[in-house]
Amino acid sequence: MKILIVDDFSTMRRIIKNLLRDLGFTNTDEADDGNTALPMLKSGKYDFLVTDWNMPGMSGFELLEAVRADDALKSLPVLMVTAEAKRDQIVAAAQAGVNGYVVKPFTAAVLKEKIEKIFERIQS
Amino acid sequence: MSKKTNNKGALDADVIAKLHLQADQLKEQVDAGNYAAAMGLINELNDVRDQSLYQEVGRLTRSLHEAIRNFQIDPQNAEQDEALSKMSDASDRLAYVVQMTGKAANRTMDLVEEAMPKAQAMIEQSRAFREEWAKLRRREMKADEFRELYHRLDLYFEKTATDAEVLYGHLSEILLAQDFQDLTGQVIQKVTALVKEVEDQMLSLVVMASHVDKITGTVHELGPDASKKSGIEKGEGPQMNAEVREDVVSGQDDVDDLLSSLGF
Repeated sequence: MKILIVDDFSTMRRIIKNLLRDLGFTNTDEADDGNTALPMLKSGKYDFLVTDWNMPGMSGFELLEAVRADDALKSLPVLMVTAEAKRDQIVAAAQAGVNGYVVKPFTAAVLKEKIEKIFERIQS
Repeated sequence: MSKKTNNKGALDADVIAKLHLQADQLKEQVDAGNYAAAMGLINELNDVRDQSLYQEVGRLTRSLHEAIRNFQIDPQNAEQDEALSKMSDASDRLAYVVQMTGKAANRTMDLVEEAMPKAQAMIEQSRAFREEWAKLRRREMKADEFRELYHRLDLYFEKTATDAEVLYGHLSEILLAQDFQDLTGQVIQKVTALVKEVEDQMLSLVVMASHVDKITGTVHELGPDASKKSGIEKGEGPQMNAEVREDVVSGQDDVDDLLSSLGF
């Protein structure tokens, strides 16, 4: 299971990386915005994408749209971990095809629950 | 005649008086068919308008200088007075906040990452010993097995004491790493006060500018505010006062409810 973590703050990437490692996911890479993440996704055979929304350059929402528009990537599970808390935004993310949405600040338990739920749904 | 001049536009009293006088004279001359004199009066009216405009522009310029000077940092010397403004100081201060919080977060995570394997090892060793202890209590342990356990227990106690000491040290360091809150809090409060000050000064600039507009009769065409366009793709960062706002979720439970209402 190879996971790409996208966030513009290195501390948040590190937190998520640590939490994922605790959940048993040790194969992770990091990117600091959509522009760096997209080429990595296209060449890197990732199984899962965890992304922030608000980032300079390409935002996480735009990255989600780009992933869903790409034939090779469109079925990649995407979990958004973001401080964006407007109802409109959450609805927009759902419509754009996000698989899970975690608002910051979040707990390890919430992250675990959402990731497990996504995998359950994919396998069923 | 002067009953409706209730300080609207706040023109100087002598300017207003001149305007009234000249307007009356103009009407008289036009009524009398004395057009050359009327043209002269219109020119004079123009002069009054110009003078008042110059006065306002002068006043505005002085206030602007004052406002800009007010932005300066407390000057230690003339050079600093020139070079540093409170605004650039504020950006430096905020950069310092980002740096401090980043440093504290990384320091904390360094310590946690060092501590976790030690805690994990303690968990595993304790579990292993518990199984062997149970075996001993059931009197299923052979003498040489017991000797071996005896020796390992000795090592374990020694190692646990050292590891626990390290853990304790890390926890106190993590505690200390939280001092950024105090330092950054003070800085942010200072910057907040500056923003408020700038807001007040900007407001008086806007009032002054509108004053000049009124005197010159300038009407600005205000197009639709392009910056207000909602850029949902870009994101906005954390929302304030989420608890009292209808358009913002107040936590993960709200998000889950909203998503399940959408069939998630």
